[in-house]
Amino acid sequence: MEGLPMLLLTLTLWGYVIGALAGLLCWQREKLANLLSFGSATLAALGGLGASVVCLVGDATSFSIRWDFLESAVPYLKFSVRLDPLSAFFLLIVSSLGLALSIYSFGYARGFYGRTKVGVLGAFYNALLLATTFVFIADNAFFFLVSWELMAMTAYFLVTFEHEQPEARHAGVLYFIMSHIGTGCIILGFLLLFQASGGYGFIGFHALGERMSAGRRDAAFLLFLAGFGVKAGIVPLHIWLPAAHPVAPSNVSALLSGVIIKSGIYGLTRVYFDFLGTPPLWWGVTLLVVGSVSALLGVLYALMDHDLKRLLAYHSIENIGIILMGLGAALMFQHANHPLLGAMALIAGLYHTINHALFKGLLFLGAGAVQHAAHTRNMEELGGLIKRMPRTAFFFLIGAVAISALPPLNGFVSEWLTYQSLLQGFGATGSLTRLIFPISGALLALTGALAAACFVKAFGITFLAQPRSVQAERAHEASPTMLAGMALLAVACVFLGLFPNQFLPLFDPLTDQLLGVQISRQLAAPGGIVLSSLGLEAGTVSTLGITLTAVCLLPIPLALWIFFGRAAARQTGMTWACGQKTLTPQMQYTATGFSKPLRIIFKALFRPHRAVQAEFEFSPYFARTIRFESHIEETFEARIYRPLQRFILRTSRRMRALQAGSLQAYLIYIFVTLLLLLILTL
Amino acid sequence: MTPLLIPTLAQTALVLVLAPLLAGVIKNWKAKLQNRRGPPVWQPYFDLLKFLRKDMVLSEHASWLFSATPYVLFLSVLIVGLMVPMLSEQPPLKWFGGALAVIGLLALGRFFLALAGLDPASAFGGMGSSREMTISAIAEPAMMLSIFTVAITAGSTNLGQIVHTVAGQSSAFLNPSHLLAFAALFIVLLAETGRVPVDNPATHLELRMIHEAMVLEYSGRYLALIEWSASMKQLVLMTLIVNIFFPAGIAADWSAASAGRALLFFVGKLLLLSGAVVLVETTNAKLRLFRVPDLLSAAFILAALALLSTFLFK
Repeated sequence: MEGLPMLLLTLTLWGYVIGALAGLLCWQREKLANLLSFGSATLAALGGLGASVVCLVGDATSFSIRWDFLESAVPYLKFSVRLDPLSAFFLLIVSSLGLALSIYSFGYARGFYGRTKVGVLGAFYNALLLATTFVFIADNAFFFLVSWELMAMTAYFLVTFEHEQPEARHAGVLYFIMSHIGTGCIILGFLLLFQASGGYGFIGFHALGERMSAGRRDAAFLLFLAGFGVKAGIVPLHIWLPAAHPVAPSNVSALLSGVIIKSGIYGLTRVYFDFLGTPPLWWGVTLLVVGSVSALLGVLYALMDHDLKRLLAYHSIENIGIILMGLGAALMFQHANHPLLGAMALIAGLYHTINHALFKGLLFLGAGAVQHAAHTRNMEELGGLIKRMPRTAFFFLIGAVAISALPPLNGFVSEWLTYQSLLQGFGATGSLTRLIFPISGALLALTGALAAACFVKAFGITFLAQPRSVQAERAHEASPTMLAGMALLAVACVFLGLFPNQFLPLFDPLTDQLLGVQISRQLAAPGGIVLSSLGLEAGTVSTLGITLTAVCLLPIPLALWIFFGRAAARQTGMTWACGQKTLTPQMQYTATGFSKPLRIIFKALFRPHRAVQAEFEFSPYFARTIRFESHIEETFEARIYRPLQRFILRTSRRMRALQAGSLQAYLIYIFVTLLLLLILTL
Repeated sequence: MTPLLIPTLAQTALVLVLAPLLAGVIKNWKAKLQNRRGPPVWQPYFDLLKFLRKDMVLSEHASWLFSATPYVLFLSVLIVGLMVPMLSEQPPLKWFGGALAVIGLLALGRFFLALAGLDPASAFGGMGSSREMTISAIAEPAMMLSIFTVAITAGSTNLGQIVHTVAGQSSAFLNPSHLLAFAALFIVLLAETGRVPVDNPATHLELRMIHEAMVLEYSGRYLALIEWSASMKQLVLMTLIVNIFFPAGIAADWSAASAGRALLFFVGKLLLLSGAVVLVETTNAKLRLFRVPDLLSAAFILAALALLSTFLFK
């Protein structure tokens, strides 16, 4: 039992290494580089998938895998990896998404032939997957940080892959700075843990919080929240995310939004549930509040954005918020000593984590196919693609239904679990703080409904109606491998939606490790298709049952048709245009128009700015040219980051006076410093 | 399976048959209150029959989604109809979903209908979709919060369980949290079914339409399915309100005698609520679109107060 996952894991790691090297070595031969690097990544991801599944369905002994795969001369730095249930679960996420993305990349990378170096893309892509895998399985804080930085650096090179565009360079720098602020916080956090345990091994960190003073524990909580929060993209640390994710190549965007931001979730789960011991109440409350705010603001900004990929990036912020709501509720239950409820909330969060990886991956791949075909990401120039790329449209629709948390797909299942944990939390806890559960539930409802509105916009404007530009009119269906990658993720979304009872047992070892309970039996009602919230009385749902009922009821409308409407004809005609002879694409609703009511309702947040300039011929009714401009304020940039940036620049400018470049001045500095030190020591 | 089969068939038939009648009653009463004679109460049946037999004209720009939407909408609303307790505390599909599944399935139907509004490339359809999604987005928190309030009291999201708990309390209708949640859900009902302060179901001006604008391009059989679904949605939401807040007369099981008695009570309660809807429709003018959020945030605040009072008056 122990041998197989270890073998598969070793194969995975070597697969990524070989893929990266092959990409670099064959960079002059594009086709070969494409085939080798992404082929190798496909096989490696398959291996990782196998390893994680074997571990999660196997018995507890399969988690004793731990080995040092390199000797190191540096003290404390040990290249040791361990596959425990939490690591195995995140390995499952990175591998399943990696598999679909690598298959997709075969076709997608062809778009770069002759323009940029496909081999370099393949190399960095493999390196990113390798680093992320290491982050999830590292068993030593030092090694974790090394992998973390490797992940951040490779991601930077992929974000700036199309560095000819100033947009990409700018986003890269922003990402680089934010990422390192986060890493700084994480390093400080680990130093606090190191002080308490005397080592860097994750084993030694287990339940370490009990032995730390309350102040240090809280400091560690906040440092890790900020550090991992930057990576996960929680509000207000999110500003790099909508800038960096869209400019990367689409297969990488999917990886960034699907997996890399989940490394923040992995870090938070690892630290809070494994290391820091029983939490005080305010930790959970903080996480729940941060999650609710991130979810709501993420979706509101997504609604206002008409760049297809940036819209998806904002939705990542929303979904990270929903995941944090689950984790926050779990922390609160852990404080109140309700391990069963805690496990349900944790499962809700982590179920949403894998769901988000799948449907966000799918949506980014769809957006990539659209960009590939129509050469634009601006929704206002798209439209009518459902007729030109029917399969891509179908897969994108599945992703849109899933992310909008509509039954019967996977987003609904994980949000249902989140709602149920929030609801039961009210009954399970005392004090006034329990009011936070229904309030955040209502915010989640608002978020969900706004997400549905946003995806009506995203799908409706991009794929339906008439094409709004020549490029959109000339768009063509994506290549077979790209479709295969999307199909794989669509099937996974449907599977996790319809068969949660078959998937939930995979969480048992995980909740056992972190909270000491296994609840998949309580969640799966007898009969196999009904999901219950810890008890049949508390609420049940069955997505499969709903689907089957729909199939059984389908004969009703069909019978109506056959019985009454057989003789009725069906003809095609013009859309009603108030009697005008033609209906031009300009007459359709635009994405800006679609989101206008919400822009007005939430104007306190958006502070919309619009300017209309018109030049008239002779009468105010016949304008010659009209210029319309509309944008919203990016509140966090304008209110927090820009003042901060100005402050830093101003301070640096003042500091510059010290560094005048004269040798005498520097000598004086040294002398004064020495003198001060001498006085201090006396 | 057999004991479940008869209730399932009975409730399916009840939802399908009662929904157009209820719509007809509301239309007729509204006309009476405005000193008009009004169409007969069974006019919606004739309309449906006519639509089903008519030829269809589909827009040249529409895709397969446009044809699939009526079926998705019809089936999702019908399934919701089987999840809501009508005559008995035990709805046929009680294991397949409770309050959250009801909200989710209604949202699924709305999602597809809004897409179908955009599909024929008409500005009216897009406008309808945009407004529908906006209004439902701000109605959703109020709806969820008021359902949370009753679900917390019952300790369950299972609608049968909720109705059972309320029926067990002797003076539930005097409970302030119940009254406040009822008021909130009533406002949400007006918004979700496109009633007057929010949307005007009788308007003929495209620019003022919400629901009607979305379905402007539908005709024939598809229009029949959509109109039928809209009336079923209205029936389901009204059922939800009357049975959660006034469960009087509801049967505990599916025996013929108790179901017959429950049917009488059920129809009586529905007629009372329809009367309230008609009164609100007749005595109020339609709100400007951007006043609607005020109304719905009032509903949200009512629901939040309802929640607070469950906490205070426990």
